[in-house]
Amino acid sequence: MPPILFWFLATLSVVSALGVVLQRNPVHCLLALVLTLLAIAVLFIGQGAVVVGFLQAIVYAGAIMVLFLFVIWLLNLPVVTGSTGRLAAKLLGAVGVAALLAELEVFWVPSHLQVKAAQHAAGYGAIDALSQTLFSEYLIAFEVTSVLLLVAVVGAVALARRTTDAEVQSQAGNSSRTEKAA
Amino acid sequence: MVQLSWLMELSAAIFAIGVAGFLSRRNILVMFMSIELMLNAVNLAFVSLGSRMGTMDGQVIVFFVMTVAAAEAAVGLAIIISIFRNRETVNADDLTLLKW
Repeated sequence: MPPILFWFLATLSVVSALGVVLQRNPVHCLLALVLTLLAIAVLFIGQGAVVVGFLQAIVYAGAIMVLFLFVIWLLNLPVVTGSTGRLAAKLLGAVGVAALLAELEVFWVPSHLQVKAAQHAAGYGAIDALSQTLFSEYLIAFEVTSVLLLVAVVGAVALARRTTDAEVQSQAGNSSRTEKAA
Repeated sequence: MVQLSWLMELSAAIFAIGVAGFLSRRNILVMFMSIELMLNAVNLAFVSLGSRMGTMDGQVIVFFVMTVAAAEAAVGLAIIISIFRNRETVNADDLTLLKW
């Protein structure tokens, strides 16, 4: 990856990440987030992680973010004008973030990152290399992930389901009938 | 040649912006998006280090992070929808039911 491309993507991702935090309208926040995700996807591809980069663009930016967008539209939020939240919380947050950033800078000084650049084997980052690792070393984690997704789907349906009046009445009718039978 | 430290600096910057957004915004949806920002910053660090060391493990972990993020988004957005139905708000400061 040429440095000029890196600097372009780095600027793009930081500016759009700031956009996520600073925009008032949630839809604008979301679009800025999509831009950040796409810039990071290109950074992945530039480092040889081709499959993960495309997954990032298709699954993350394409599917998960559209889910967010649907929810924002579904809620039909009123537009909030003016500042929200307490100033003290924001100041405390800013101090905390500055401390965190300083800590990361100290931890990641270049002398700690003297990892010798390894030669990439042929097919590095391709789907066969990824799946070989995924289905050998990380097989158990992969299987557990399927259970996680199942639980998430069931949980999401159970949480977002609206109980209709007809169902409430039929349940009430059932219980009164069983009481009579008893 | 792109230095590893540049990539880690970028990752740290995006993570810090995500933390700042989570702490300063009160709209639950935007707080959620800030979490996604933080997840992506960590993903970038994983891919960069994995690429530098020539192993696939970093990319496999990114794959898992994406799966968990999808599950988290599905459940979290369902919770937000059901909160909005009951309380008509997505402002985190208005949700004080568990506070005493």
